[in-house]
Amino acid sequence: MKRKFWQNIMATLSLLPAWAVLLVAYTGSMIWSIQISFTSSRALPSNNFVGFDQYRRLFSTSRWLVSLENLVIFGVLFVVICLVLGFLLAVALDQRIRFENGFRTIFLYPHAMSFIVTGLIWQWMMNPTLGIQKSVRDLGWESFAFDWIGSRDLAIYALVVAGVWQAAGLVMVLMLAGLRGVDAELWKATRVDGIPAWRVYISIVLPLIKPMIVTSVVLLGIGVVKSYDLVVALTGGGPGMASELPGKFVMDYLFERQNIALAQAASTVMLITVLAVLVPWLYMQYFRKSGRSPT
Amino acid sequence: MQTSVAIKDLAIEFGAVKVIEKLDLDVGRGEFVVLLGPSGCGKSTLLNAIAGLIDIVDGEVWISDKNVTWSEPKDRGIGMVFQSYALYPQMSVRQNLSFGLKVAGLPRDETEKRVGKAAAMLQLEALLDRKPSELSGGQRQRVAIGRALVRNVDVFLFDEPLSNLDAKLRNELRVEIKRLHQELGNTMIYVTHDQIEALTLADRIAVMRKGIIEQFSTPHEIYHRPANTFIAGFIGSPTMNFIDGKLTEAGSSMTFSGTEGVSFDVSRHPELAGSGGRDVILGIRPEHMVLGESTDPEAYKAKGKVSVVEPMGADTVIWVDFAGGMRAIRMSGDPTVSAGDSVDFHFPPERVGFFDQQSGVRIRITAYLRHLY
Amino acid sequence: MNVSVSAPNSATIAASAVQLARGRKPHRLTAGRIGLYAFLITAAIFFLLPAYVMLMTSLKPMDEIRDGAIFAFPRTLTFEAWWAAWSSACTGLNCNGISVGFWNSIKILVPSVFFSIAAGALNGYAMSFWRVKGANLLFAALLFGAFIPYQVFMYPLVIMSATLGVYNSIAGIVIVHTIFGMPLMTLLFRNYYAGLPIELFKAARIDGAGFWRIFFWVMLPTSTPIIIVAVILQVTGIWNDFMLGLIFAGRENQPMTVQLNNIVNSVTGERVYNLNMAATILTAAVPLLCYFLSGRWFVRGIAAGAIKG
Repeated sequence: MKRKFWQNIMATLSLLPAWAVLLVAYTGSMIWSIQISFTSSRALPSNNFVGFDQYRRLFSTSRWLVSLENLVIFGVLFVVICLVLGFLLAVALDQRIRFENGFRTIFLYPHAMSFIVTGLIWQWMMNPTLGIQKSVRDLGWESFAFDWIGSRDLAIYALVVAGVWQAAGLVMVLMLAGLRGVDAELWKATRVDGIPAWRVYISIVLPLIKPMIVTSVVLLGIGVVKSYDLVVALTGGGPGMASELPGKFVMDYLFERQNIALAQAASTVMLITVLAVLVPWLYMQYFRKSGRSPT
Repeated sequence: MQTSVAIKDLAIEFGAVKVIEKLDLDVGRGEFVVLLGPSGCGKSTLLNAIAGLIDIVDGEVWISDKNVTWSEPKDRGIGMVFQSYALYPQMSVRQNLSFGLKVAGLPRDETEKRVGKAAAMLQLEALLDRKPSELSGGQRQRVAIGRALVRNVDVFLFDEPLSNLDAKLRNELRVEIKRLHQELGNTMIYVTHDQIEALTLADRIAVMRKGIIEQFSTPHEIYHRPANTFIAGFIGSPTMNFIDGKLTEAGSSMTFSGTEGVSFDVSRHPELAGSGGRDVILGIRPEHMVLGESTDPEAYKAKGKVSVVEPMGADTVIWVDFAGGMRAIRMSGDPTVSAGDSVDFHFPPERVGFFDQQSGVRIRITAYLRHLY
Repeated sequence: MNVSVSAPNSATIAASAVQLARGRKPHRLTAGRIGLYAFLITAAIFFLLPAYVMLMTSLKPMDEIRDGAIFAFPRTLTFEAWWAAWSSACTGLNCNGISVGFWNSIKILVPSVFFSIAAGALNGYAMSFWRVKGANLLFAALLFGAFIPYQVFMYPLVIMSATLGVYNSIAGIVIVHTIFGMPLMTLLFRNYYAGLPIELFKAARIDGAGFWRIFFWVMLPTSTPIIIVAVILQVTGIWNDFMLGLIFAGRENQPMTVQLNNIVNSVTGERVYNLNMAATILTAAVPLLCYFLSGRWFVRGIAAGAIKG
């Protein structure tokens, strides 16, 4: 009896580091970070509380507003294109094609690379003087333009192209797992019933893989909110501030512009955005159909 | 009898594996045929080939006098019921029944009429607006049957439809399917590995092993005159008793001698004529073995020691050590002997079958006659 | 043979052909099938082209690159850019090549992968099999943490690590990677252990094994598949990290991604594209190798990381 008690103590002790990480590194940092956002701190934290001043200033900072607007454009396009392309690729791979493994490997390999690498590759591809634009013009299409990274209006779309290139494979893998999970007999039943394949995908399969779609949206969405590396490598936020994103705004104000209170106000807004997506989803995933409880 | 489904020279391969090599099968109009066999014997593959759901390598498939070898499943005039029910998960029962008809462009009132009729026949009326997830396994399978029903087809295919249900529901639905067959009179081809389903439902059973139909006959014939030891052993529980022995011929008398001095005079079996010296297996079903002494001079009489007694409620299985193995005797009612007892038992000659020891094939009169002439 | 091709006639021929149908269904290349392959090949080109261009550029001398044909094969094949990228590319005034970053990344990678997986395995084990108060709450909260952008924690963690004296050091960045790797690793192992039969644990308890003995002798030996998945996830994840390395590792210990970005993006004078691309390939090599060698395991890792619950 005494031994059993001791063993349970051991189990509890083994989770102490995790508790410490949770309480100090996650919760503590988060609260501290939020607290700073209500102060007038600049290069160093101060305890001079100024209420919502930083938030007011934040939302009158044009760079932040541009970041937010870009977040919406980039986020919506990136998520939607990734979903559509990923789904189409998964469906195409599910048609008993030749070289399925080869195609899957090709579609997924960019996902193994970092956003820095992704950004640098596409920066070179889109180089206005020597990149794709030049090669296509040399072929005779004189008016062809692919100088998005140098354009105030189009730089944000360059981010979308590079992002989709890196992440569409992820969606494909998730969707393909969903498609492969569909009961083979269900497909047989639709063939006996004479339902055309496209109709089966839309009316029957798509609703069945809804959990995969939701998971993809959450993963991609959170990736969008925190994106930093891709912008740094591809456009550096430019030209001007045409392709700034909130994730980069926070980092710049923390470590370069030495305005930590403003940065923390921005990060708090990011946090709220993420929570708005995350809470309903985690609730759906875990607390409705909980796994084995540790008894 | 008119032919409803005909398979000629069928061959199926999965990659390099030949699943079915050269198979023929004729199913009569309105007949209930069960494809029975252990898993991996090719029975489901055969059914899927009839439905057009897998590619064949050679041969022809005819349904209702039409060559459908290259036809799409929907054009073959079949309805199919699957083991996993395969209902469209997010559609109501009504939509499940009508979806195929809607896609096929059937007029709405005709669709509704057919759905109504099927629902009435399967007692689904109260469930029409529910989703499959809100139904029990038995109800789901009824819906699946209904989906085949509304197609107004000649041939129904069932792929292990009851295997996902518990024992009680399985019995209920089995009766239901039999009733449906009596009412509709359609041709039905039914795949199962459950011998009880096969024996109770079928007009004829095709017993399959390794892609070959070993015997295609009525349940009675299959049970009482199995074509070989595989079928004899596959059907019946406990399985048929097999006693190895050798035949010796002396003048007009034939003797079967097994191990431990077991010996029977088997002269009255005409199929054994001319088989002197042959190694054979004597097969006798447990329920045809009778405990106690017999006054019938023709009965085969034996003695053995009871090793295990298994009371099963309505009857009892007694395991007796005899002729080098454990032999099952089924008696009705409660056990009258206990383990360790020495018992007499006997069995009538007409219930005994002989199989060739090497090939396992049943020894028949015809084989002997062919040998003679 | 003289067959007229008028409509009724061909219909009869078709009908009798159907009655004669036998064997394998004739395989016809339909428009849909052609479209399908066209789509797949177009997509494959989109995904492959950047890698192709990157490779070609890295093998050309600068003279050729200035001509602007990025899709062309190199006329003169040279590995000079690769060698230069590895050993003499400049970050600011230091011209020791990206090999510096490579070794830094290795120094960060090995302990970070080890500690984050060890922590995850232990947490997952304790949470799955032991009656620990609040374990569910801890798990849920950690999961939450896994999805919150690093930017939120960044500044307080900098101050904390500076206070502990590990800011700008390998130890600092390893600790940070372990902290941020912990939720996903815990999730991975918890889900894996929840799938193991509880009888395995009960039998070990009855045999008198205690907390650590069960962990090391029963659970870890059965965890090989999930450890492989975890290693793949962490190796690619930590190698590809930029933000944490940039902030916590310090100038001396910059990981390869950070150094690569500096080499390419903060230069003055003419850009050496062949060297840049060679350096990029070198930086991508480790996770790519991991991807191509691990095959289906990488896919399993993604699926597990996407929380299939």
